Amino acid sequence: MSGPIGKPTPYIDGVQKVTGKAMYTDDYRFPNMLYVGLLRSPHAHAHIKHIDTSAAETYPGVAAVTVGTDLPISFGILPISSDENAMAVEKVRYVGEIVAAVAAETMEAAQKGAEKIIVEYDPVRAFIDPGDSLEVCDPAEQIHSHTKGGKNIHKTAELRFNEPEKALEQSPFKRTGSFKFAGVTHAFTEPHSTIAIWNGDETLTVISATQVPHYLHRNLSKVLELPMHRVRVKKPALGGGFGGKSDPFAHEMITAYLSMKTKRPVKCTFSREEVFINNHGRHPTTIDMSVGCDQDGIITALDTDTIIDGGAYGSFGVVTSYYNGVLLQGPYKIDKLGFRTRRAYTNKPQCGAMRGHGAVNPRYAMEVILDMLAHDAGIDPCDLREKNFLEENTVTVGQLRITSNGVRDCLQAVRKKSDWDKLYGKQPYGRGLGIGCGFYISGSALPIIWNHYPQTVVHAKLDFDGRIVMFSGASDIGQGSDTMLTQIASEELGVPMNYVQLEVADTKTTPVDLGSYSSRVTFMVGNAAKMASEKLRNEMAKAIAKEKDVSTDDIVFRDNKIFTEDGAVDISWEDGVEAALAGRGAIVESGYYFSPKMGGDFKGSGAGLSPAYSFGAFISDVTVNPSTGSVKVEKIWAAHDCGKALNPLAVEGQIEGSIHMGLGQAISEDLRYVNGQIVNANFFDYRIPYSVDTPDMDVTIIESNDSEGPYGAKEAGEGPIHPVLPSIGNAIYDAVGIRMMELPITPDKVLAKIQEKG
Amino acid sequence: MEKVQLNVNGFPQVVLVGSHETILETLRNRLNLTGTKQCCDEGTCGSCTILMDGKPVLGCLTPTVRCVGKEIVTIEGVSSGDHLHPVQKQLVQNGGMQCGFCTPGVVMTAIPYLKENPDPSIDDIKEGLSGNLCRCTGYKKIIEAVKNAAEELNG
Repeated sequence: MSGPIGKPTPYIDGVQKVTGKAMYTDDYRFPNMLYVGLLRSPHAHAHIKHIDTSAAETYPGVAAVTVGTDLPISFGILPISSDENAMAVEKVRYVGEIVAAVAAETMEAAQKGAEKIIVEYDPVRAFIDPGDSLEVCDPAEQIHSHTKGGKNIHKTAELRFNEPEKALEQSPFKRTGSFKFAGVTHAFTEPHSTIAIWNGDETLTVISATQVPHYLHRNLSKVLELPMHRVRVKKPALGGGFGGKSDPFAHEMITAYLSMKTKRPVKCTFSREEVFINNHGRHPTTIDMSVGCDQDGIITALDTDTIIDGGAYGSFGVVTSYYNGVLLQGPYKIDKLGFRTRRAYTNKPQCGAMRGHGAVNPRYAMEVILDMLAHDAGIDPCDLREKNFLEENTVTVGQLRITSNGVRDCLQAVRKKSDWDKLYGKQPYGRGLGIGCGFYISGSALPIIWNHYPQTVVHAKLDFDGRIVMFSGASDIGQGSDTMLTQIASEELGVPMNYVQLEVADTKTTPVDLGSYSSRVTFMVGNAAKMASEKLRNEMAKAIAKEKDVSTDDIVFRDNKIFTEDGAVDISWEDGVEAALAGRGAIVESGYYFSPKMGGDFKGSGAGLSPAYSFGAFISDVTVNPSTGSVKVEKIWAAHDCGKALNPLAVEGQIEGSIHMGLGQAISEDLRYVNGQIVNANFFDYRIPYSVDTPDMDVTIIESNDSEGPYGAKEAGEGPIHPVLPSIGNAIYDAVGIRMMELPITPDKVLAKIQEKG
Repeated sequence: MEKVQLNVNGFPQVVLVGSHETILETLRNRLNLTGTKQCCDEGTCGSCTILMDGKPVLGCLTPTVRCVGKEIVTIEGVSSGDHLHPVQKQLVQNGGMQCGFCTPGVVMTAIPYLKENPDPSIDDIKEGLSGNLCRCTGYKKIIEAVKNAAEELNG
């Protein structure tokens, strides 16, 4: 690589961000703008008997009022579970659900105006514990009328390969564990915010803090009954997502509708409490998992039964249900595997996708049970894992196609760096090491909405001014995709990065990208950007070759010059641009990405399919205070196989950020409810690790060079969270000999286990 | 509402403010200084940190009327982008920001911190930044950036 690919590259928007100039949604102001005030439900489950908006309509400053029946068309990120309305219609299903809204001249008038709306409710039985949702109930109590068998089960996902139950019975070693995981939430720093502008040409512009402009575009069109060509969605700078901004949201529909109704710009920004209420975080989960192995430590089978607490609506839940099972097919070879996941509807804010979607909790369970089996079989936990790793270029039992695979290198790196062989099991009581491995998709091979289009398209434009403009729908949410796009164009065309400029995440000007979810952007958008840039280079080379009478293949673009090795051509970039554009003007080239066709032909075979998979192995070093139960994670050695690090600075950042988020879920984060109401909807009571809690981090990037990834790249944004949690759990076992089956691992739970053990 | 004179980034400004209005609201909504971020609005995240007479304060907990007669400096007052403060420069170069939303608050915390603690250890920096919530970076690169900035300032 002669350009920036593979070199640590500061973000192109870094200076904007450190100077406060980066514009996030709430930083935009428009003339004559109105503000949204929302009225939310005080009940977890209740029929709406009557809504009286008259006092709100006449409240000073209120310009418009709206209720659920104004927008009766349902929406949702998955077409198969579009079960949500902009505002509650007929009944409310969780405390905090939006029931009505106003648009007013000031934020204060909006809030007060909304409070003037009077709603009469008729409460019905609320389902708070997902266990209750699995039982048959009175039809009048059903949360949604579409669930089957009189129960509140949203989805049952189940796949079984090669009778795992039988193999487990015959296994020399078998362990069954019952695990419980609290719900956790993204807690990105930028609150949800959206601005809608009804334009003079009868089109709608929505500026929103979203990871998925394309799906917001589609859902706005559906709910507002506005053709897609009259809707424009733009994503400005975005203050973190982690999956929490990857659904179309009710407040986006409401704000857009109020703008259409008033023909004025309208803004809606959430308070921090509202961000917590909006949730869409990781599902509270219970897992009963059994894994067996033989005398040599070879895994014989895995069987797992999982209940995930989905809250009141679907969100990504169908995918989450499958991911809880199918993503157990790596990084170990398991030929006898079965799972069932039931997603319960409950009367709480909905859960959805969060970093490591669907695979974080089962990964904890799996890795902890492997640790138990290693001890049962008298095999070192690292050795047991090494014996079971999938090879590269293989297919799993559920037909996941594994290409590049650097998991062995990952494990060996952290094993060596942590001095595992010398220290594991040999440290004083209270200090321990633990290992955990990980496996994750590098983009979902199937789009959410089935169609014949590519998963992403990127345009590269060159005009007389010599700048390259990359047009991409990709959404930079802080992970650095804008920098990645710039690096690729710079690499391919041999110009400095400041010759490359971007138009991104704007559904009017940029070609469709499906969004920043499932760790798909580097792999898919990167490939499309590379193709567009290569095509642009070839077009330039053809024109220059013709003019100079040389072969196109001999022309090199490097160091801001265009030349042949023999010196026949040696011109500046600007002269090359002039030659290329002569007689035709600006060039626009298009690159795209399609996933290859793959997968089995059974129902559910599409879940977990990815063009490539990332792998990882982390070792944690913890100190446990046996008299207080407190756990301190001293250091984490992290090795992650991202194929090829296009920007090592950004890859390290993703791994370190994953450690932070994994640590939070492991030891402190817990979204708590009383009667369905979140009782810790703030950063005092929802405990996120701060700088003083951060452990030492030793990051190793393993480059397995995937044959289909751009320059060999795979994902790094989500995979690195998976090994964090079990490496901590297993280190606690090494430290004090207790198995933590319930997360977060708070001091009270540790102390109880230590006392129980005696 | 009351009329107050503020000194923001060296300029006198006369604004009408509510009696319970915070300086964060005044800066963002009346003076259009949107570099200071509203994240939690209850003093738990440090995103709205500004300087009052050189000391870091949380904009979301500081009534605007209390800022009268004080020198207020916001992120916009630190640098226009041509000449970055070493803290800003090191945050960019070290990857000490991802989404960037907490970053103005980190800058406004680290600058006065390094003035009072010119030679901090890693643990000192962790303590100094303990009021700033960052959900993206895991803090490692922020801490390294502040350490490098300290060295640059001392160099």
